[in-house]
Amino acid sequence: MTVSAAPAEAILEESRGGRRRRVRGTSDARAYGLGFITAVYLLWALVPVAITVLFSFNEGRSRSTWQGFSLRWYTWDPTGSVLNDESIRNALSHTVLLAVLATIITVPLGVLFALALDRWRGRLPAGANFLALITFVIPEIALAIGLLFMVTYLATPFGLGTWAQVIGLVTFQLAYPIVICRARLLTIGAHYEEAARDLGASALGAVRRVILPMLFPAILVSAILVFADVLDDFVIVRYLSSDASTETTSMRIYQTARAAPTPALNAMATIILVVSALVIVLGWLAYRRWTRKQGESTDVSSLASTL
Amino acid sequence: MRDVGDRSTRFLWPILGLPAMVWIALFFLIPLYVVLCVSFGTVDPIFRSPVPIWNPLEWQFTQVQVVWDRLFGPDNFYLPAVLRTLLYVVIAVGACLLIAFPVAYFTARYAGKYKGLVLALLVAPFFISYMMRMLAWINLLQPDGLVNSIITLGGAIPLDINWLSGNPYTVVMGLIYGYVPYMLLPLFAALDRISPSLIEAARDLGASGFDLFRRVILPMSLPGIVAGTLLISLPMMGDYFTSDMLSKSPNTAMIGNLINLSIATPGQSGQAGALLILVLLVLLIPMILYTRSNARAEVRS
Repeated sequence: MTVSAAPAEAILEESRGGRRRRVRGTSDARAYGLGFITAVYLLWALVPVAITVLFSFNEGRSRSTWQGFSLRWYTWDPTGSVLNDESIRNALSHTVLLAVLATIITVPLGVLFALALDRWRGRLPAGANFLALITFVIPEIALAIGLLFMVTYLATPFGLGTWAQVIGLVTFQLAYPIVICRARLLTIGAHYEEAARDLGASALGAVRRVILPMLFPAILVSAILVFADVLDDFVIVRYLSSDASTETTSMRIYQTARAAPTPALNAMATIILVVSALVIVLGWLAYRRWTRKQGESTDVSSLASTL
Repeated sequence: MRDVGDRSTRFLWPILGLPAMVWIALFFLIPLYVVLCVSFGTVDPIFRSPVPIWNPLEWQFTQVQVVWDRLFGPDNFYLPAVLRTLLYVVIAVGACLLIAFPVAYFTARYAGKYKGLVLALLVAPFFISYMMRMLAWINLLQPDGLVNSIITLGGAIPLDINWLSGNPYTVVMGLIYGYVPYMLLPLFAALDRISPSLIEAARDLGASGFDLFRRVILPMSLPGIVAGTLLISLPMMGDYFTSDMLSKSPNTAMIGNLINLSIATPGQSGQAGALLILVLLVLLIPMILYTRSNARAEVRS
């Protein structure tokens, strides 16, 4: 097949080349120009963060004058380092705890809802889907204040603190698994499930043994997105926190960034960045393994377009 | 057998969907209702604490009146922040478009074998905490920071620029920096869908570069432009932390700052709620627009 295709391609290429010749100059210039803009943008977007990471390794107290490489702010500073400052340690562990809890609750809720929406037509599910999409674009401060007022003025079984934070985060993140899994379900289509049913599978059995495995990459992607997004959340966790024990890293940055902090703050931010990166890389590897096994293409751009 | 199956599925799908629906009702609809009840409630005259009114028939409009007067009455000290927010958002969204379009276009069309890498780098800021990215700029822009030492050539030129207290340029730059990744992805998705053969065809039919852009690429990327614009302008309307981090001054306060300050002030929760409701009313149409465009995109794919 490739043998017969090659000459045709060559001919096509040749005819194109002939036509291209007169526009090549401007086209190349455009590619380089746009490439230059992209490079400048990426530098602007990433270098400030890289500098922040760099200064977490500064020997001295400054966050702008380099005084030599050291792990002082991670480990050995007796009071200020991440290891020895209990409030920083607490903020780190609480942030990760919230991300784990929120992901564990959000993903199953959203996946089941996406499955239901794919088959259950009517006003009720359509309305619920509309509301879920609204939670995605509503300013976060609205959700946060709503839950804050609810906890304050209604006798809810949970007070401000970890559970209020988790509930707010789940509500805010629910749209991710719903949107991503629905898009995937639409491409899967109904054939596989029908075939399974014709072969005697029960409705639930067909979903469990045929659809869920096919949906797994989408579930994985939404879990990664929810986890990484919760690590970064600020507005909800701040309004719904109770005291210092439910402080997250983002709240700590907000509170101390303008009050002459030490590079330990940079170190703390760097650690969350590393956690986030680890989850993404591990998730990406799992995603690739799974889709390879299933013989599907792993196209980065197809992944990006589901966002 | 088919019948039996259908009877069981009639209940199966609603049961699967139920948990999320109950969740949304409990933790999205009820909280919004509580906001309404607090905003249309009264304030305890002694303790200055808000007293929500649960029955919509008894709602009072004193809190809304207070907010309305501060916006449009004679003593309208909320109005500057509202106008400022609109100005900042328009400038930031415009700048985000100007930055994101060429970058997304390059990635979709010219990046070639580096496409995956460039895309990964474009996505990276998504996973770096917003607060960390603001912290990065605080570090760079502090009085003895890198930016000032570059501008003054290491202190050779006696220039003392104060970036971090009440400087509107810094806040708008922070907004652009913070939100541009959310503009990039929908734009990239839209541009990536344009088939190269379509561009080729336009060229063959004699379209100049500008024609191609105006009559093919721009119309076809419009859904991405709309989605990106909504995706960044809606959260900016409630943003208070960018201004707090990069300026900490009432001179750059946005609507989000007004709401946040009212929440922190005893007795003003009702006013915070009323302001929030006004903002949500204005944003309702763009929010519905977004869910619609999302649904249409779903149908198309």
